[in-house]
Amino acid sequence: MLAHEKISAAIRDANADGRTALVPFVTAGYPQPDEFMATLESIAGIGDVVEIGVPFSDPMADGMTIQRSSFAAIENGVTLRWIFEQLDGNHIDTPLLMMSYLNPLLAFGYEKLAERARETGVCGFIVPDLPYEESADLRAALEAQGLGLVQLVTPATPAGRRKMLAEASRGFVYAVTITGITGGDDGLPADLAGYLDAVTAASPIPVCAGFGIRAADDVRNVGRHAAGAIVGSALVEVLERGENPAEFLQSLTLAAR
Amino acid sequence: MSSVIKSSESEELLQALLDGRLPDERGRFGPFGGRYIPETLVPAFERLEQGVREHLPSESFQEDYARELREWVGRPTALSFAPRLSERWGTEVWIKREDLAHTGAHKINNAIGQALLAKRLGAERVIAETGAGQHGVASAAACARLGLPCRVYMGAVDIERQAPNVDRMHRLGAEVFPVESGDKTLRAAIDEALREWVSDPAGIYYLLGSAVGAHPYPYLVRELQSVIGKESREQMTRQAGGLPDAAFACVGGGSNAIGLFYPLLNDPIELIGVEAGGIGNGLGENAATLATGTPGVLQGSYSIILQDKDGNVQETQSVSAGLDYSGVGPEHALLQAVGRVKYVAASDDEALEALEELCELEGILTALETAHAYAYAKKWSVDNPVKRVLIGNSGRGDKDMPTLTKYPPRTRKHAGA
Ligand SMILES: Cc1ncc(COP(=O)(O)O)c(C=O)c1O
Repeated sequence: MLAHEKISAAIRDANADGRTALVPFVTAGYPQPDEFMATLESIAGIGDVVEIGVPFSDPMADGMTIQRSSFAAIENGVTLRWIFEQLDGNHIDTPLLMMSYLNPLLAFGYEKLAERARETGVCGFIVPDLPYEESADLRAALEAQGLGLVQLVTPATPAGRRKMLAEASRGFVYAVTITGITGGDDGLPADLAGYLDAVTAASPIPVCAGFGIRAADDVRNVGRHAAGAIVGSALVEVLERGENPAEFLQSLTLAAR
Repeated sequence: MSSVIKSSESEELLQALLDGRLPDERGRFGPFGGRYIPETLVPAFERLEQGVREHLPSESFQEDYARELREWVGRPTALSFAPRLSERWGTEVWIKREDLAHTGAHKINNAIGQALLAKRLGAERVIAETGAGQHGVASAAACARLGLPCRVYMGAVDIERQAPNVDRMHRLGAEVFPVESGDKTLRAAIDEALREWVSDPAGIYYLLGSAVGAHPYPYLVRELQSVIGKESREQMTRQAGGLPDAAFACVGGGSNAIGLFYPLLNDPIELIGVEAGGIGNGLGENAATLATGTPGVLQGSYSIILQDKDGNVQETQSVSAGLDYSGVGPEHALLQAVGRVKYVAASDDEALEALEELCELEGILTALETAHAYAYAKKWSVDNPVKRVLIGNSGRGDKDMPTLTKYPPRTRKHAGA
């Protein structure tokens, strides 16, 4: 099985179990770098796929929570190189994904990136400032190692483009629930169902919904129309408050049934 | 995405540039440029690109734009001969007076042009970012003129050091949104404006203030600012009896520089862009992006940026808010790579000294940004005596009084020499 197929399979397995797949996101090395692997392992014990956020100095698609965690992680010396070093030799079975803005990946070098990712169990990438039209080089480098580039679609994406992106996506299709940045707490939009149904209909692989998913109700809501729910800012806030991330995720999985 | 241009490609790219064939249809200036944006903004950028293609060359837009430039901005701006500075420097100095344009800087050329475009595209509201506050003031004024609501994002550090412009924006009816995140200067303001745009891509027109960002902004801003170079060319011929040997402009994002240089690219003129050398040569001590940076993607385009080895963008330092930026427009990255324009830096101290000299010899209080161009032009003139030089005087220095107050006129050494 190619690495990116493990992502799709993990989501389908959850669904076959009668669950909405849960995809937690954490900013790497936040709040404390030395707790990173322990946090990741505990989260991976509950999540079906785990997203690792690579901190970047200019997170233009992120709200205050992820901005804060990114800046703090950078201050604490967290870099892509460091993240791979922590991941070396890990025993996590859950497929891992990296979410990173483009520039840290460019600076690392695409070929080395794909090699290190394959070596450490990272199955794919989400790059929020890389639209499909600019992605050929990165996709080629990732594909050479069986890794996937996850495409995002948003409520602003026209139907034709939505289909093109869904077909180009690997692992899952990231359906952004709102027109906006991460970390909002305005709740999910009223017309979410129709939108998620349309993305799912256009997509040959599972669709996971993300942005603004904070509570069990949101997961239940989204789960009726998508294969998975991505939980980012809410989880980062749990870490920020020094609370137990596994307990928080557990409270969401009850809803995912 | 290659970062280095082979010498065989270099000549071809230069020719394409000179022929006006760049950016290409993907928004590239050779390897530089492109469009690195969140998916939410893709339809908005496609609408913008379509709008630029449809309206910019149209007769109706060009008529409105020319009228606004003439009757409201006050163009053409003067070209001034600088007799005392010429004598001091031992060369013939000509000054293109963008400080005389309405609101006091070249920024208005772009702001009124884009506001006219926003109106045609049916925008409900306009957002803009600002560093020195000049683009914010220009946007506020242009939006007031056209009846568009306007919000300006401005870093908290810049709000303090460019206080007079904050007040002006308020009076011109704009809302000034203080940005407390990131480095609290221009880069953080652009990030925050982009976040706002992502939340309302259909209603907002983002009036970007420099020749940076994703395609089509670097192209659009160049086209709107080229009036500087076109007028200069004509005025030099008429008033000075010929073109200059060298032309100088300060470079932050690069809008006044590209506006001056672009119409002069085909002429035998040495073109020199002057960046902010800040307080030293170390990483984080200046904003000399082209002089010391490396290729990368920042805020929508692949260009030269100031970054560490992990790809995090570096903070910058400059006495001038408008040059205090870690990136630069992609067309400048290409102009440097093919060797058509030379990019150098002038330090805070050199800029302050140049500002003082210009005040005392020519009675012009120039902007701190602009002062960098004078500082290097003076050095160049010492090395290349008895030539004719043209300096893009991008703006006036009234806004800099809070900063200048901290640097009392140190000497009267320039006066009455
Ligand atoms: C007077 C003046 N000159 C120059 C600049 C730098 O911008 P650019 O490089 O886009 O011309 C600014 C920016 O605020 C400015 O106010």
